[in-house]
Amino acid sequence: MKIYPALILALLLAAAFSLATCLQPRALAWTQGRADHLVQVLLGDGRQILASQMFIEADVYFHSGYYPSAFDQAYAPTDARHMTRPVASEPAHAHDAADPDHHEEEEHEKAMSFLGEPRDWLERFGRKFAITAHTHLDHGKAREILPWLRLSADLDPHRIETYTVAAYWLRQDLGKAKEAEAFLREGLNANPASYEILLELGRLYYDNYHDPVRARNLWGAALRRWTQREAGKPTPDLPALGQITVRLAHLEEDDRHYAKAIELLEIALAHNASPHPEALAAQVQALRAKLAHPPAPK
Amino acid sequence: MNVILCLAAIVIKELYRRKDFYVLFVITAVITLMMGSVSFFHEANIVRYVKDICLLLIWISSLVIAIVTTARQIPAERESRTIFPLLAKPVTRGQVVVGKFAGCWLACGLALVVFYLFFGLVSAAKEGHLPLGQYLQAFWLHWATLAVVISMALLGSLVFSAPSANATICFTAVVAIFILGGYLHKLAALQPPLIALLLLLLYFLIPHLEWFYTLRERLVFDHSLIGWDDCLLATAYLAAYAAAFLFAAWLVFRRKTLTT
Repeated sequence: MKIYPALILALLLAAAFSLATCLQPRALAWTQGRADHLVQVLLGDGRQILASQMFIEADVYFHSGYYPSAFDQAYAPTDARHMTRPVASEPAHAHDAADPDHHEEEEHEKAMSFLGEPRDWLERFGRKFAITAHTHLDHGKAREILPWLRLSADLDPHRIETYTVAAYWLRQDLGKAKEAEAFLREGLNANPASYEILLELGRLYYDNYHDPVRARNLWGAALRRWTQREAGKPTPDLPALGQITVRLAHLEEDDRHYAKAIELLEIALAHNASPHPEALAAQVQALRAKLAHPPAPK
Repeated sequence: MNVILCLAAIVIKELYRRKDFYVLFVITAVITLMMGSVSFFHEANIVRYVKDICLLLIWISSLVIAIVTTARQIPAERESRTIFPLLAKPVTRGQVVVGKFAGCWLACGLALVVFYLFFGLVSAAKEGHLPLGQYLQAFWLHWATLAVVISMALLGSLVFSAPSANATICFTAVVAIFILGGYLHKLAALQPPLIALLLLLLYFLIPHLEWFYTLRERLVFDHSLIGWDDCLLATAYLAAYAAAFLFAAWLVFRRKTLTT
């Protein structure tokens, strides 16, 4: 039998084309309902592990390389709050014992002292080459964590901290409010029930755009989402509730809605959501006084 | 000395005639430049992740060059039977071992110079400054670490049956040291007495190459220089291990039957 290579080639090409027409609709279905991303299709649910690793990498960069290894996991930070706290060296935040941030920073400092004393001469010598000081990225350098956060969000769009941490540094340190807003909105699209993203978005509108009306709407939505998601939990996210209610109360106070402000602060008090309830109680008393004898409008 | 230098020169020529270095350098350069060209949140001055990836690729490339080049030196001489005319000349087996080591180490040094020049250029272009002292320390200790790896691979090439087996075992050993080397004593504390003793022995016996691998983090995160006295001490530490492996290689090679 005579073999015609051109015919075989044509047959193979026809087979490839026919298979492509069968596979193309299926390939579309692989990405349907998800972000259109090749990595997500390839990795499946395994991308969450990678996303978590990318977030840890961002934390490593945030600590300029000083970070517990796989063998010191007991010391690894359990949340991302330390990544969005103001730098302790800033005059406004330096060593104010009443500041909840200061207290949390002390706790974080303790938790990150994983090195301890060297156990032998070899370890003592080896430490001369390693990074042994616990520092956080200071102003102007926080941009270095952004690539890892971007990758983390691409791999797992449902990891909320990725959006809030990146947005915090984008708007606070780099003055990129627009980029922060776009990233937060991307996060909100992927996680419509997230009160954390709404809280951060409200901060952005209040602090960067100086738009208290939108900030109030966003924090109001954040409070509703918090109630839907957290109120029934045995260990709800109380720090977030404290931040939402206190910020909303300030806005209501500014608008002379003292009764509403008292109501919000009482929510925080009832849930014990503030690290300093006595200060909150004093604030409620001051608001009651204002409600009884409203100050003259300025 | 002349004999050793002649043997070393042959190894260096072999490196630049082979494609390993060029391929690895092009891969490193392309990946680094591609990563460097990515824009995150329209922020142009993000540089540390590029430095991190570039240095990681340089370490991988240098280990590949060092281990693969060294692992095939003596087995190739034996296989092609060129070892016999070589040893028929006034060349001792000790000189062959030292010559091969010197050649591989110098060849790796040349490759490393090119890699670090590229790294320095990328880093300076992105950051606008070049901390020369840190780069020199990192380069020197990297090169000195490779001396230990090369001497280890040279010993392996005389002990193991095939260059591929030797290269695999050397890679595994080096990566294991990088990952576990600094934690063996901590792991020992959690084990039953006998295993703890073995782990502690291992901890004190192995060359702690991970110290010099982690030194790259100082470069990535712009930490200060280490003391030059510590640098000198580290050099002596690595030189001692390299000498020990070379001596062991000579002991094995001295009595080795060269016919297959």
